[in-house]
Amino acid sequence: MSARSTLRALPTLLRIGVSEAVAYRAEMFVWVLSTTMPLIMMALWTAVAREAPVGPYGSQDFVRYFLAAFVVRQLTGAWAAWMINYEVRQGTLAMRLLRPISPLWSYAAENIGAMPMRLFVVVPVAIFAVSTVGWKSVPETAWGWVFFLVSLFGAWLITFLVNVAIGTLSLYMESSTKLMDVWLALFFVCSGYLYPVDLFPPVWRTLIDWLPFRYQIGLPVELMTNAHGFGDALALLGRQWLWVGLLLVISLGLWNRGLKRFAAFGG
Amino acid sequence: MLRRYLRLLGVQLRASSLLAMQYRGDFVIEGIISLFWTATALAPLFVVYRERESIAGWSFGEALLVIGWFTLLQGILEGAINPSLTGVVEHIRKGTLDFVLLKPADAQFLVSTARFLPWRSINVLAGLGLFVYGFHLIGRAPSLVGVLASLVLLGTSVLLLYSLWILTVAAAFYVVKVDNLTYFFTSIFDAARWPASVFRGVLAFVFTFVIPLAVMTTFPAEAMLGRLPWTSLVWAVVGSLLFAFLSRRVWLHSIGHYTSASS
Repeated sequence: MSARSTLRALPTLLRIGVSEAVAYRAEMFVWVLSTTMPLIMMALWTAVAREAPVGPYGSQDFVRYFLAAFVVRQLTGAWAAWMINYEVRQGTLAMRLLRPISPLWSYAAENIGAMPMRLFVVVPVAIFAVSTVGWKSVPETAWGWVFFLVSLFGAWLITFLVNVAIGTLSLYMESSTKLMDVWLALFFVCSGYLYPVDLFPPVWRTLIDWLPFRYQIGLPVELMTNAHGFGDALALLGRQWLWVGLLLVISLGLWNRGLKRFAAFGG
Repeated sequence: MLRRYLRLLGVQLRASSLLAMQYRGDFVIEGIISLFWTATALAPLFVVYRERESIAGWSFGEALLVIGWFTLLQGILEGAINPSLTGVVEHIRKGTLDFVLLKPADAQFLVSTARFLPWRSINVLAGLGLFVYGFHLIGRAPSLVGVLASLVLLGTSVLLLYSLWILTVAAAFYVVKVDNLTYFFTSIFDAARWPASVFRGVLAFVFTFVIPLAVMTTFPAEAMLGRLPWTSLVWAVVGSLLFAFLSRRVWLHSIGHYTSASS
């Protein structure tokens, strides 16, 4: 499997991903509906901020923050952990392994292929945000846009690589979906999905800055809503990509070692 | 008739618990995970109340009661309602629902009692623990009438949850690919963690009348605090019975549309 053949196969894989997303558009719509948590949190926090602003956040800022959180969650979704678990249990991973390209590429292409469909939901939400709470809902500068897109890609990579790492653990134990549940619980608490991470007590803040979770949602949202200056943003992006690199090493290591143990069940 | 169904329920319960006993290791793991989830469900509450003494008229202790009800109902939902009804979706997809329909008992009863997960009762215990802690913070005990009213409301809440699930499952007869409906349902149910008065406008309407989350967790909490008007109690009972009736009609209607999948 050379780099060249992988590159050649990639457009086709992406096209398959897109057509899959189009074919199961109703299912995707249900998924979108089931990630409406930020909208509920938006209702809650604007209720809290009705009397007086909470920290630096007024009602408007909360609306802006959570609409951005919704957008970011849609565009950074990954579900490889469940796929890998399912395919290991059913033994169908064997089919993927027969192809002359790493299955990880096809999982990745499937996730990315779903993004264009998701833009149909995300763009109207972003336009709505701009029209109700102003232009501060999207990056205001050119470097802001670049940083936002880079952080969005980094956030997706973290989510995807964690999915791969945990999914791969199903090669070592019976099923790792329970572990994914634990990860998800931590993700909800620490990522800035339920509340901006600034609202955490200061002691926790330092910890959160070093954990990967806030780089999955919090950072792209903050960059989308212009919360950081150039220097801060660059430093945070640096940490995000540090996590990307670390997770890349961990997940590929687990994957390569795990595959040696794989013995297609069933058939 | 009734005795026959009760006996049937006993048989189904025994089968589920035998199945659960087979995987005793799971009991511990699932228990720990479910306690972990409850703890993380509290995190937003701590963050919110770090900023304010009370939100939309609810103090921290009172909001804990709502979360307590949420946790308790979640235990019931995931332990007694979800597992069976996810099975129905699978049945419909594979066409094996035929075998259920052939049995000489009501199909809705059979599919709804097919599977229980006893270890989810840990959630119920966690909910009770939250009640104790909540009332400890408030600094008084609930009145007897309040507790009785909240028990009635527990019945209506379970009935509502169950009916909503039946309605969701009925959708599976029309759109077959609904693996993620469970996920959708739980994520909507998540909104029930918060006192209903937090929500305004459209959301308030939806969560009271369309998906009656407010009725499920906020009402019982208010009843415990002794500040739920009697009219609301009556409305909750009448409303949930209506919902149950409606879901039964829809179920009967959609089962009429069922065409086996295999052949």
